[in-house]
Amino acid sequence: MSTASQIHALFAEVAHDQHKVLAPLSDELGLLETGLDSLCFAIIVARLEDMLGVDPFSADDEIDFPVTVGDFIRLYEHAAALAA
Amino acid sequence: MPLPSPPEPASLWQALSAAGRLSRRWLSDDHSRVSLAALSRGSSLGRPLGELRGRSVLLSTRDQLPAALALIELDGIARRIVLCPPDVASAHLPGVMATAETDTVVGDRAAAGLGAAGFVPAGTGITPGASDREPGEATEWILLTSGTTGAPKLVRHTLATLAGPMLGGGALGHGAVWSTFYDMRRYGGLQIFLRAMLGGGSMVLSSALEAVGDFLARVGARGVSHISGTPSHWRRALMSGAADKMAPRYVRLSGEIADQAVLDHLRTAFPAADIAHAFASTEAGVAFDVGDGLSGFPAAYLGRRGAVDMRVVDGSLRIRSARNSLGYLGGIPQPFDDDGFVDNGDIVELRDGRYHFVGRRGGVINIGGQKVHPEEIEAVINRHPEVQMSRVTARKNPITGAIVVADVVVAAAHAPLDAVKGQILDACRGTLARYKVPATIRFVPAIEVAASGKLARNNV
Repeated sequence: MSTASQIHALFAEVAHDQHKVLAPLSDELGLLETGLDSLCFAIIVARLEDMLGVDPFSADDEIDFPVTVGDFIRLYEHAAALAA
Repeated sequence: MPLPSPPEPASLWQALSAAGRLSRRWLSDDHSRVSLAALSRGSSLGRPLGELRGRSVLLSTRDQLPAALALIELDGIARRIVLCPPDVASAHLPGVMATAETDTVVGDRAAAGLGAAGFVPAGTGITPGASDREPGEATEWILLTSGTTGAPKLVRHTLATLAGPMLGGGALGHGAVWSTFYDMRRYGGLQIFLRAMLGGGSMVLSSALEAVGDFLARVGARGVSHISGTPSHWRRALMSGAADKMAPRYVRLSGEIADQAVLDHLRTAFPAADIAHAFASTEAGVAFDVGDGLSGFPAAYLGRRGAVDMRVVDGSLRIRSARNSLGYLGGIPQPFDDDGFVDNGDIVELRDGRYHFVGRRGGVINIGGQKVHPEEIEAVINRHPEVQMSRVTARKNPITGAIVVADVVVAAAHAPLDAVKGQILDACRGTLARYKVPATIRFVPAIEVAASGKLARNNV
């Protein structure tokens, strides 16, 4: 499964667990418009660290904080490629 | 309001002798058994006790039995006894000895090198000979706190403050055979040791080097009737599969929050036993026992007139009684508030007429500004029938600062783990605020229990 589809699946899973209504995901959708709140993103980041072995937010490099779903996916794709 | 002082036994030796039946009483560990009658005709220290009068003694042995024997002999003789459990980091010992102004080390071979002070070997062999046990000192007993970081604090007690919970005799279980998972040099273990000694009983001591199952077999073989430990000790005992090797009449929990799950599991394992959980701390002493099989304690305890005053201030339970310690040794802030109450930072919540312990002030996890007590989440997880033990911790998180994660030990492969995980999470979501629900659950083979008997908590 690609990183993008893993992230899409995780958004859906966490939204379900947290009783949030997830907006239809697209690369252009703003993270703040997904329907997920900061606790949801905290959980997603922790689970992605377990799944992919990377946490780009805690890495030493300065990162551009993702604004859209596409930014978020690219951040993880980039971090996973670096770690590989 | 001044509290009544308990009558003071002049020394531990006098008190245990007064309880009588010395020839039928003993102390044992995994190597030896020593009769109190033998101790009445000799000494474990192999020299006239007169040499130790007025000394400030560091009592340091790996095994508990030599320490227990030395303690019996030294109370009323030494000016001060520092009870040093073997897990105290050696780097802290010079500071402990300086603060306690120790001039003598009583210990095993490993302790012989501790400083230039006089050294007296402690052992389990009894050298026959008359000992002058006439008490001359109101000996100060120094207990060391078991904090995971920093130097231990030196907590001052006397035989009177330590024996306070037993006055009146109800707690003594006359003639009982006692045991405890605790090291007897910690407050919880010392309570059991003193109950055995003052109540005319005997005692089976634990060993840090012994597997739980072996200890339980020894406890069963010696006919232990009264036994205590922390909830973590008890969970480990239940997990060992060897709990059926003993048949206690009295089961006691202290030192950690006794949640409903562990009380229920013990009730199932020991249907005929009295099961009690006690609230106590090294600084505050024993505050109360609860024997109704339910977690928490009735709110009416706060208004009770008696030996112990209790109140709740800023959410934490405060205790004032003649069982309180006399405070810390050394120039550090004392554990008492302005009215003489000890605040251990144990946070309580009133629900349905009972106060429930939810955690410790110092153990709070901060999740995006919301406070979480790991213990209240563990109590929910532990209710799942497959769960034997759990530990909730904070995991660093870039979004909320931290999130809640859980390590869980389950019984050997009864149900698919994914199903168990889902059920645990459902239970958490059903009872806890969403920021308290673990973001991840990890199944682990074991969870570390510290030498203090409490769950090892290494907060981020």
